[in-house]
Amino acid sequence: MMANIVQQIVITLLTAILVENLVLSKFLGMCPFLGVTQKTSTAAGMGLAVTFVVVVTAGLAWILNYTLLVPNHMEYLQTMTYILIIAALVQFVETVVRKFIPPLYKALGIYLPLITTNCAVLGVPLLNTAKNYDLLMSLVYSFGAGAGFTLALILFSGVRERMDKADIPATLRGIPSALFAATLVSMSFFGFQGLFAS
Amino acid sequence: MNLSAAEIYQAIVVPTLIVGGVGLAFGLLLAWSSLAFAVKVDQRILQVKAVLPGVNCGACGQSGCESFAEAVVAGSAKINGCPVGGEGVARKVAQVLGQEITNTASFVARVACGGLAGCTRQKFTYEGIKSCTAASGLHNGPKACSFGCLGFGDCVAVCPFNAIVIVDGVAKIYEDNCKSCEKCVAVCPKKLIGMVPRGKNHLVNCRSTQKGPVVKRNCDTGCIGCTKCVKVCPASAISFANNLAKIDPLLCTNCGECVRACPTNTIVDVTAPVVLRKSLA
Repeated sequence: MMANIVQQIVITLLTAILVENLVLSKFLGMCPFLGVTQKTSTAAGMGLAVTFVVVVTAGLAWILNYTLLVPNHMEYLQTMTYILIIAALVQFVETVVRKFIPPLYKALGIYLPLITTNCAVLGVPLLNTAKNYDLLMSLVYSFGAGAGFTLALILFSGVRERMDKADIPATLRGIPSALFAATLVSMSFFGFQGLFAS
Repeated sequence: MNLSAAEIYQAIVVPTLIVGGVGLAFGLLLAWSSLAFAVKVDQRILQVKAVLPGVNCGACGQSGCESFAEAVVAGSAKINGCPVGGEGVARKVAQVLGQEITNTASFVARVACGGLAGCTRQKFTYEGIKSCTAASGLHNGPKACSFGCLGFGDCVAVCPFNAIVIVDGVAKIYEDNCKSCEKCVAVCPKKLIGMVPRGKNHLVNCRSTQKGPVVKRNCDTGCIGCTKCVKVCPASAISFANNLAKIDPLLCTNCGECVRACPTNTIVDVTAPVVLRKSLA
């Protein structure tokens, strides 16, 4: 029984990180993927902040969904309540981080409030609901999704740091070449499709 | 459509209560947290920050306008420490803090190299990364003179105010745009850019410390160390050391004698249009 749960957790984690990578195979959170990947340090900071928010949101969303919405047959309110949770939570996290960890607050800067509008953060609780995960699996899957998001951002920022030094034709410099690179990185992640029989 | 009271209750009242209730709960949580975790900020920091330019260029030596405002209020930075805002901003900051301003000399960046394309010989053809720092790492760059401007524009890229352009392979600073943030000074691998008080128009357009014949072989407009300018200067503002003339901007009176005396056109009037060589002029 115990081994069964551990196995399930490991598989869910790997699925979330590699097979169903938020950015590279679900195409969620493209804005920060292109916006904050110029430097590896900011990419890592953004990834960690998103991971934290996603996990807490997913937990709260699961609790609200199964205590309020499902008993009342109000599943159509899921998106709305999840957005409420995200907005309030990001604001709350910002206040707390500002009070207790000022250096982190300064390092994240504008990226912290911007998480509110990151579709990956809304996508993960919705995916959890669609997959009918229980609370534990929801948390595991969201942590994996956040880790996958961080991984994608860090990998891609490495690619972009290298591209800055390359001699690229003027028309393709900046975002256009970044989009080409994103395609290639994304295609490499398609190699993970079919890693597990679903 | 005829709906029963129960259906209306189920379709309108319950969802309103749920979403409204969740919203209210979070609202109260946020209101409580903003009180419980409030961070006290000195009002003067906000006021100082409001009068700063807000470009976060870091020219003051702080990490941005907010850190500068904090430092000024704490007393560890000067009131006129913002080189971008200059005197206007310094006056406003002084007003906020109720203090006097001390010394607001305005500086401007200047590139000391006249080695335009055609003036300075090339050592080799360089086809590497288009950056002065990278190029200077390869045998001191492709120019025959190892002191000369490489013209790949590291300073252009770093300038937040579009004050620098590359003209004929040498960086040129538009002084109207220069806010003396000194970023270009830091980035130039040849240390060619220096800060000069505004309004001093005469510049020794060379940094080569090599002997006259070597300079002459490499460049048509380098300082060959003839010391004519030193002798002709009525204000004794020009000194000579390491085979290079140097103008003391505090003594210079903008008379222009040195410009007329210089045989290689190394000393130039920066307000005059660019002249290649005396023989060509």
